Amino acid sequence: MSNITTDETRLQKDESSLYSAKFQRRSFLQFAGAGAAGVALLMAGCEKDNGQASLLADDDAVDLGSGDVGILNYAYALEQLEAAFYLQVAATPYSGISDLEKSLLADIRDHEVAHREFFKTALGAAAIPGLEVDFSTIDFSSRESVLGTAKAFEDLGVSAYNGAGKLIDSADYLLLAGKIVSVEARHAALIRDLIMNGSFADSSVIDMKGLDVSRMPLEVLGIAKTYVKTKINASNLPTS
Amino acid sequence: MNILNIIDEIEKVDGEVYERLNPRRKALKSFSSFGSKVALASVPLALGSMFKKAYGAAVSTEVTDVLQFALTLEYLEYEFYLMACDKGASLVPTAPGRAAINTIKKHEKAHVDFLKETLTSLGVTPVAKPTFDFSAGNGSGEGPFKEVFNDYDLFLAVAQTFEDTGVRAYKGQAGNLISQGDILEAALRIHSVEARHASHIRSMRMARGAAVKPWITGKESGIGPAVQASYDGEEITNQATIEIVNINGFSISAAAASEAFDEPLTKAQILAIVDGFIV
Repeated sequence: MSNITTDETRLQKDESSLYSAKFQRRSFLQFAGAGAAGVALLMAGCEKDNGQASLLADDDAVDLGSGDVGILNYAYALEQLEAAFYLQVAATPYSGISDLEKSLLADIRDHEVAHREFFKTALGAAAIPGLEVDFSTIDFSSRESVLGTAKAFEDLGVSAYNGAGKLIDSADYLLLAGKIVSVEARHAALIRDLIMNGSFADSSVIDMKGLDVSRMPLEVLGIAKTYVKTKINASNLPTS
Repeated sequence: MNILNIIDEIEKVDGEVYERLNPRRKALKSFSSFGSKVALASVPLALGSMFKKAYGAAVSTEVTDVLQFALTLEYLEYEFYLMACDKGASLVPTAPGRAAINTIKKHEKAHVDFLKETLTSLGVTPVAKPTFDFSAGNGSGEGPFKEVFNDYDLFLAVAQTFEDTGVRAYKGQAGNLISQGDILEAALRIHSVEARHASHIRSMRMARGAAVKPWITGKESGIGPAVQASYDGEEITNQATIEIVNINGFSISAAAASEAFDEPLTKAQILAIVDGFIV
C-alpha cells in the first residue's frame, strides 16, 4: 500500500501538468499499474488509437463501409460465406449422409440463402459485391470435414452477431440481427449434436458465466479469410 | 470492454464527465488507485459502480428493469431444470438426456448469478425468486402441466416452450439496451445460449417422434394450444418490408422463410405467458 501513497503524492504534485480537462490514454496505461493481462485488456479499450494493420485499406479490397451499413455488409459477407458452403453441401452430399441429415442441411441452406438475399436486398446499392469463396481446404465427400466446417462457421456466426450488436446504432437493425443470430445458434447446436450428441453448448463455446462467445469484426474476418478469396477492407467499421 | 472509449463517448454528450467521475479533477489519481484496489477481472462490475457514483444513477431504470425481467425468467428456468435433475432417471430415462438437462441447468444457474451480480454492481437490489407452479396452475399445482415432472414428453414440451419463449423475451428487450454496450453484449450472449438450448431440446423431442425441428416452423409448437401464445407471430415471412418467400428468385418456402428469422415478444406478452407459472 505504501506504493499507492507514493504514487498519490507524486501524482498530486504533477497535477497541473498532467491533469488537464481529461486524462490521456498513454498516461492511463503508464499509471494504471496493471499487469500484462491488464495491459492487454486496456489496450483493447484503446482501439481507436491502433492502426488495424491486417485489414487496412487496400485498393483491391471490398470496402464494407462505415456505420450501420458497414455492419450490415459485414453480416452480408458472413451470410454469403455460409450460403455458398451449404449450397455446395446440398449439391454434393457427403458419403453416408442420412435422409434426416440431408433434410436438416437443406433447411439450413435455405435459411442462409434467405439471410444472404435479405441483406443484399436491404442494402440495395450499398451492398458489397458477391464474394469469391475458397473451399479448397474442405473435403465435401467427408462427413467429418463438412460437419466440422459447418460447426466452425455457425459458432463463428453466432460470435460475430453477438459482438456486432453493440456496434449497431439503429434499433431496427439490432432487432434484425437478433432475429438471425438465434437461428444461427439453433444451427450451431444442431451441427454440434450431429457431430457429438450433447455438445450443443459445451464449454468450448459457453463460459463459466453461461455466456456464449462474442467476437469483434476484425477477429471474425481474420478467422473467415481462410475461406474467402476476395480481400475485405473492414477498417471503416465502427469499433464501439 | 472499452472503458476509455465509453468515457470518451459520454464526453461527447456530457463534457463534464471527467469532472463528474471525480469532482476534484483528480481523475487520473482516482482511477489509478481504483485500478489497484480491484482485481482487473472485476473491472466491468466496478465500472458500473463508478458510473453510478458519477451520475447517481447512470444506468436508467429502463435498463435495470430489463435485467430484473430477465432474472425472473432465469429463476423460472433454473428451478424448472433443478427439479428435473432432482427427479433423475425417474423423469429423464437416458444418460445423455440427463447430461443435457444438467448442462442446461448449470447455464441457467450461471445466468441467474450473472444477472444478480450485474444488478448489484449497478446499485440495484435483484428481485427475489418468485414461487413457481410448473403445472401452470397459478399456485394450485393442478394446472395443465400437472404431470410435468412425471411425464418425460410433457417435461420436454414445457422445456422447449420455456427455451423458445426465453429467446423471444431477450430478443424483445435488445432495443431497450441499445446504448448499453457491455450490458447489451452480455444479454446477446445469454440469448444465443438459450437458442442453443432450444435447439437441443427440440432435437431430443424429434428423436422421440415429435413433429419438430431444431428451428421454429411457422407458428407450430408441436405441443398444442396450451402453449400457442409462445409461438404466435413466428410465422411471418416478411422482414423489414422485404418478402423472404422466393426472395430474388431463390426457392425459399414459407416454412423456410419463417424458420430463418426468430421473432421477438414484448415484456407484456411474456408476462402473460408465464403468469400461470408464477404464484
